[in-house]
Amino acid sequence: MADDVVDEAQLRDLIPGVLAALVRRGVDFAAAEDAVQEALVRAVETWPTRRLDEPKGWLITTARRCFVDLARSDTARRHRELRVSDEPPPGPAASMDETLRLYFLCAHPSLSPASAVALTLRAVGGLTTRQIAQAYLVPETTMAQRILRAKRTVSDVRLDRSGDLRTVLRVLYLVFNEGYSGDVDLAAEAIRLARQLAATTDDVEVAGLLALFLLHHARRPARTRADGSLVPLSDQDRSLWRRDLITEGVAVLQAALARDWLGEYQAQAAIAALHADAPTADETDWVQIVEWYDELVRLTDSPVVRLNRAVAVSEADGPQAGLAALGELDSTLPRYTASSAYLHERAGDLATAARLYAEAAAQAHNLAERNHLTLRAATLNQRLSDGDC
Amino acid sequence: MAKYLLLKHYRGAPASVNDVPMDRWMPAEIEAHVQYMNNFAARLQRSGEFVDSQALAPEGTWVRSDGEGKPPVTDGPFAETKDLIAGWMIIDVDSYERAVELAGELSAAPGAGGEPIHEWLEVRPFMTAAPTVLE
Repeated sequence: MADDVVDEAQLRDLIPGVLAALVRRGVDFAAAEDAVQEALVRAVETWPTRRLDEPKGWLITTARRCFVDLARSDTARRHRELRVSDEPPPGPAASMDETLRLYFLCAHPSLSPASAVALTLRAVGGLTTRQIAQAYLVPETTMAQRILRAKRTVSDVRLDRSGDLRTVLRVLYLVFNEGYSGDVDLAAEAIRLARQLAATTDDVEVAGLLALFLLHHARRPARTRADGSLVPLSDQDRSLWRRDLITEGVAVLQAALARDWLGEYQAQAAIAALHADAPTADETDWVQIVEWYDELVRLTDSPVVRLNRAVAVSEADGPQAGLAALGELDSTLPRYTASSAYLHERAGDLATAARLYAEAAAQAHNLAERNHLTLRAATLNQRLSDGDC
Repeated sequence: MAKYLLLKHYRGAPASVNDVPMDRWMPAEIEAHVQYMNNFAARLQRSGEFVDSQALAPEGTWVRSDGEGKPPVTDGPFAETKDLIAGWMIIDVDSYERAVELAGELSAAPGAGGEPIHEWLEVRPFMTAAPTVLE
């Protein structure tokens, strides 16, 4: 595919509108989704050789033809074929509201999180089943089945009822946090979908989530070394941070905060913005970060937030204050041991810190984190044996 | 071609020759070890012999059915004495000899003092599909 003729991301931006246009013409969601996928394949084959003035109109027409073809090949669907053949030609492009309804449908509460993620990526994101399967490291047949079942589950849901934006945001958050493997960058895809969603609704938390994504994505070039090992925030080369994404993220966040309707994603984004704002780790405004964590605790009452707050408290008020805050929490929380190790290291108790880092490494749930924690333990053990304590 | 599982154990395998816990290595030795493992997998991908590589978390639970209508019985976490798998690499190679050769190389990953760990790895052939031609 020639990049200068067909931009795949631009092409996929059109998907929700095209899908909504078919559904509005009476095609059921599952069949419409199949037809749009087929039209996408044809677009990728056709467009490099032919410039189009109206790509969206072309996609709608092609998807309708694909639907008729698919329906024709299935005698049980003949009645639908007739109905669609009688439809008037494509009208004006689908409105933004229809795009929003598709997001609601794909993140419907009747779906499991894994199904909602898969359906969103395919129906709203326009990714192929193979791409989604590769990104989540499952066989393509498994992902195809998951998507099929998800489509059946929502087939009885009426598209015109408004859905819950919170479930949509959670789905996008899950996609973003998965990072990237295979040829699809899920973080970039989550940002694209969040941008598209932000353009369809003026909900402040959508803006908060978009800002959060942008500000975290900005750090990605600095977050890992070439060998895949993790670089902690305090050690990152901040000149590698993407200033363009930071500028955009801060602008989106400020506009949201100005509307004075705080939510958890805005508060998380505010913390990320304060990190982005510090030219060096030492210049971080930890006092303000702790204040935002207090807001987050108030909004979510999440134990994980309290754990992160304890680390921020240690930066703002010293390691003893941090350890005191940590002491109030449940020691079985994920990353509790790693946080405790870090706070003991900051407090100068290297022997305890080394022991806790080794313990945390044994509990880690990904190799990059395990290697990082083992390395911290080894570094402290070496300093201890060199008499540097 | 035949598939082999190269199995690494947290516990249950005979002790490595160079048997020092990783948090007692020099930091640079850990980096060298990680680099060796990455390079090893990348080399097998290039040679067309790599299938899969996964690591397992050290915790686990025994589970069995307790009959219809009852929740399954669980027993765990695993006792300290249990044989504990750490992870595996699956390779698809021409011969048993090649599988052993590669397992030997993997076992020689550098450890404490920059010396090879010489850890014991288990090499297990996969069961294959029934052949079409028998006679």
